[in-house]
Amino acid sequence: METALITIAYLTSAVLFILSLRGLSSQETARSGNTYGMLGMAIAIFATVTAGGIDRYAFIGVALVVGALIGRNMAAKVAMTAMPELVALLHSFVGLAAVLVGYATYLAKTKTGSVFETEIFVDVFIGGITFTGSVVAYLKLKGSLSGRPLLLPGRHALNLVAALAAVGMGYWFTTFDGAEGLVPLALMTVISFALGAHLVAAIGGADMPVVVSMLNSYSGWTASAAGFMLGNDLLIITGALVGSSGAILSIIMCRAMNRSIVNVIFGGFGTGGGAPAPAVGSAAAVTGDIQETDVAEVVERLAGAKNVIVVPGYGMAVARAQHKVQEMTELLRGQGVNIRFGIHPVAGRLPGHMNVLLAEANVPYDIVLEMDELNDDFPSTDVVLVIGANDIVNPSAMTDESSPIYGMPVLEVWKSEFVVMMKRSRGTGYAGVDNPLFVEPCTRMLFGDAGDSMDGIVGALRERTGS
Amino acid sequence: MNLGIPKESHPGERRVAASPAAASRFVELGFDVSVEAGAGDGASYPDSAYEAIGAKIGSKEDAFSADVVLKVRAPRDEDDARELDLIREDATLISYVFPAQNEALVASLQARKITTLAMDCVPRITRAQKVDSLSSMANIAGYRAVIEAANEFGSFFTGQFTAAGKVPPAKVLVIGAGVAGLSAIGAARGLGAIVRAFDTRESVRDQIKSLGGEFLTVEIEESGEGGGGYAKTMSKEFIDAEMALFREQAKEVDIVITTALIPGKPAPKLWLKDMVETMKPGSVVVDLAAEQGGNCDLTEPGARAVHDGVVILGYTDMPSRMSTVASDLYGTNLGHLLDELGGAGEFNVDLDNDIIRGAIITQGGEVLWPPPAAPEPSPAAKPKPAPEPAPKPAAAVTPEAPAAASEGGSFSGKVLVGLALTALWLWLRFGSGASNSVGETESEFLQHLTVFVLACFVGWQVVWSVTAALHTPLMSVTNAISGIIVVGGLVLANSEVPTAAAIIGAIAILFATINIVGGFMVTRRMLRMFNK
Repeated sequence: METALITIAYLTSAVLFILSLRGLSSQETARSGNTYGMLGMAIAIFATVTAGGIDRYAFIGVALVVGALIGRNMAAKVAMTAMPELVALLHSFVGLAAVLVGYATYLAKTKTGSVFETEIFVDVFIGGITFTGSVVAYLKLKGSLSGRPLLLPGRHALNLVAALAAVGMGYWFTTFDGAEGLVPLALMTVISFALGAHLVAAIGGADMPVVVSMLNSYSGWTASAAGFMLGNDLLIITGALVGSSGAILSIIMCRAMNRSIVNVIFGGFGTGGGAPAPAVGSAAAVTGDIQETDVAEVVERLAGAKNVIVVPGYGMAVARAQHKVQEMTELLRGQGVNIRFGIHPVAGRLPGHMNVLLAEANVPYDIVLEMDELNDDFPSTDVVLVIGANDIVNPSAMTDESSPIYGMPVLEVWKSEFVVMMKRSRGTGYAGVDNPLFVEPCTRMLFGDAGDSMDGIVGALRERTGS
Repeated sequence: MNLGIPKESHPGERRVAASPAAASRFVELGFDVSVEAGAGDGASYPDSAYEAIGAKIGSKEDAFSADVVLKVRAPRDEDDARELDLIREDATLISYVFPAQNEALVASLQARKITTLAMDCVPRITRAQKVDSLSSMANIAGYRAVIEAANEFGSFFTGQFTAAGKVPPAKVLVIGAGVAGLSAIGAARGLGAIVRAFDTRESVRDQIKSLGGEFLTVEIEESGEGGGGYAKTMSKEFIDAEMALFREQAKEVDIVITTALIPGKPAPKLWLKDMVETMKPGSVVVDLAAEQGGNCDLTEPGARAVHDGVVILGYTDMPSRMSTVASDLYGTNLGHLLDELGGAGEFNVDLDNDIIRGAIITQGGEVLWPPPAAPEPSPAAKPKPAPEPAPKPAAAVTPEAPAAASEGGSFSGKVLVGLALTALWLWLRFGSGASNSVGETESEFLQHLTVFVLACFVGWQVVWSVTAALHTPLMSVTNAISGIIVVGGLVLANSEVPTAAAIIGAIAILFATINIVGGFMVTRRMLRMFNK
């Protein structure tokens, strides 16, 4: 009877989780989607706790309450610009929890047999990689670790040796029946920790959106592995949902950068001096004079424009300029200017990061469009404001076969009449690639902190409109 | 201020200077509009339609003696039609003039002190596009050229599979991708033909592609970019390569539509006699440059010719063959020009206005044509960052490419799944030591595997439908639900005595709960911000 009740509760949860993801297909249904997710989780926990045999409520309750309080604090405090860090950190917790559950399961010795031990082994292995990988990603995103890829000599061989060693430990582990297996399990855990950290350390800052989605995927597979280990279908289903989700996001990101997953995971790209020496040769080909501009001219152009497109990048997040951008948007919309936002799939350090920042600043989501939705409109656009973006508007992705970003779809801003590039300095983007857009005749550079520049633009616009 | 619209008297001309809809714009601008009786007959606009918008129907003399006279063709000055004499001194005439070819007409207009604005001399600048009737007419001519060709052509344009057999689609070659050429490409594609287009200007490649045509070019680096968006005469080397390309094409194509014009010069001869002779009998050549001498050797301007079974159409009246829409568009262009002139209230032939300065031919007994030359870069002449190496790179960035890649990806995905299932079967069959019987653990594992695979499929389907704008909330919500691992912790932490397993389980609960609560709450925070 008890099992039947739990099965039904778990089934309900699983369905609610699917509905939750389904809800995210549009902004209108997204909030109810989130509610379905919470409901599903509540049902799952409640059913597990109230199932027969569980009676250590105080013990469990403390863990639940403390965890909930920490989680609540983190969610309430985090700045939207710091979302990538939070997401990475949360991934690491899933990985850690999976490793712990794996150990606990082994110690509790609920079952025996090589299939069961293999399941424990897989759970701990994936969990370990997810844990340290996410921690390294978190530190890189936070800036505590350099965004440069760590490229050890023979790193592919190292990875291979580590993976083989882990498999060997796994085989050794299955030969034990009792708690003696702890030694190989612990050794393997260390190996998986090292492997996870090394894999992510070798990936450059520009590829962070892919890394974060990949870790998202891993955290799902970890949960699934735990489900196999514990014989729990809800865990398997949920893990598979999350795993697919992360995998799809990784695919979308890779396509947006015209790279293969394998290339991102093992490539060590975005180095400026690593693998097939990116760019410097072709970068030298970019010659010509850049033309600077000032706030006054930009405002002049904006005030006389009919169609304006804003292309935000990570620089907007760094300068926290999204609120100023919103003010400008509102002023221009008040003047009847058709202003829209063009979002490249890999803009920012997290899939959909720009959308969240603009939403935070109250920019209406129906003027925030995907690259494919407005890429054909640039020829009829009067002014394009590129705020802290570089590689995603680089024309050499389409024209220069020797460029490391060749073939990556980009926003074709240079087809418009007037492009303002807001940049801190004349540096290259994360990909370490020089940008011929700077010297296009239609381009003007507005150097300086994007936040200060936007401040000036908003102020001058207000004066003009007399509000 | 009154405005007259006479009936066109040129033989075969069916257009009128304005449709009733366009004329209603003149009335709005404050003109008293006088239309010659029967002026709109050729374009299917009855007199009553003009009356309905507030115009007066009058005689030929009424229309010609107005302050502003609007015509399509220039007024005639021949024995059977002395139209020019009917126009008052100091009146304003707006019509086609073609001053370079009609010096006598310009002299007569000058002698009569008529203010003449030529619709064919409107400058090709962005601001003047709404006045540019040559483009309006070229658009019509390009469309009509396809229709005339289809009329002569003895087969389908679109390919068909019928019970009686397969009919291949017609192959159409358009030479010159100006307004007329692009219009022809669009019309021929619309009928289902395979369309190729040749132009000396690299800048039209994208336009041709966007209409579904294939861009043909020769392997010689030379820009055909002339002034004002027109093409220029090319070098001999280039023309030889071009001819070789055309000879190749002549063997294949069924329809050729030529639209190549160079301003102020006779049309270049591009489709030569030997090319016509190479074409299959029943093929059609439509020469839209017939009026300027024709792009084809064998064109007879204004007529239909047949050579070796190939029909060559040299009609010079394509817009007139679609007189209803042609009159409407021409009238709309006139309306915009009258607007530039200030309407009836502030009518002023302002020579500082670049549109008017370009179009004016004579005023107060002086010839003001041609206008002083202003350097006028073609909008498309922007220097390219790098010379186009080969046609290949363009293909790499077409939207089809990623789609094709994903096709391939899912294919290799299927292979992987197939291999994995085979390996699993082999392992169960021979490997697990259980010989023929599958043990209890294994069967449980298989049940879980079924659930797992199905859940992957569901997840795959559901997540693809998530909008890209919500990818960050997607990550945080999946983060939250992957905290479901708490269930494992709950089971393990439940122990009478705090064993190692129970304590580790409790720590797992702690971390998983952070994930659950943190993930859901931050998602909620984010989703609240998404507002229209």
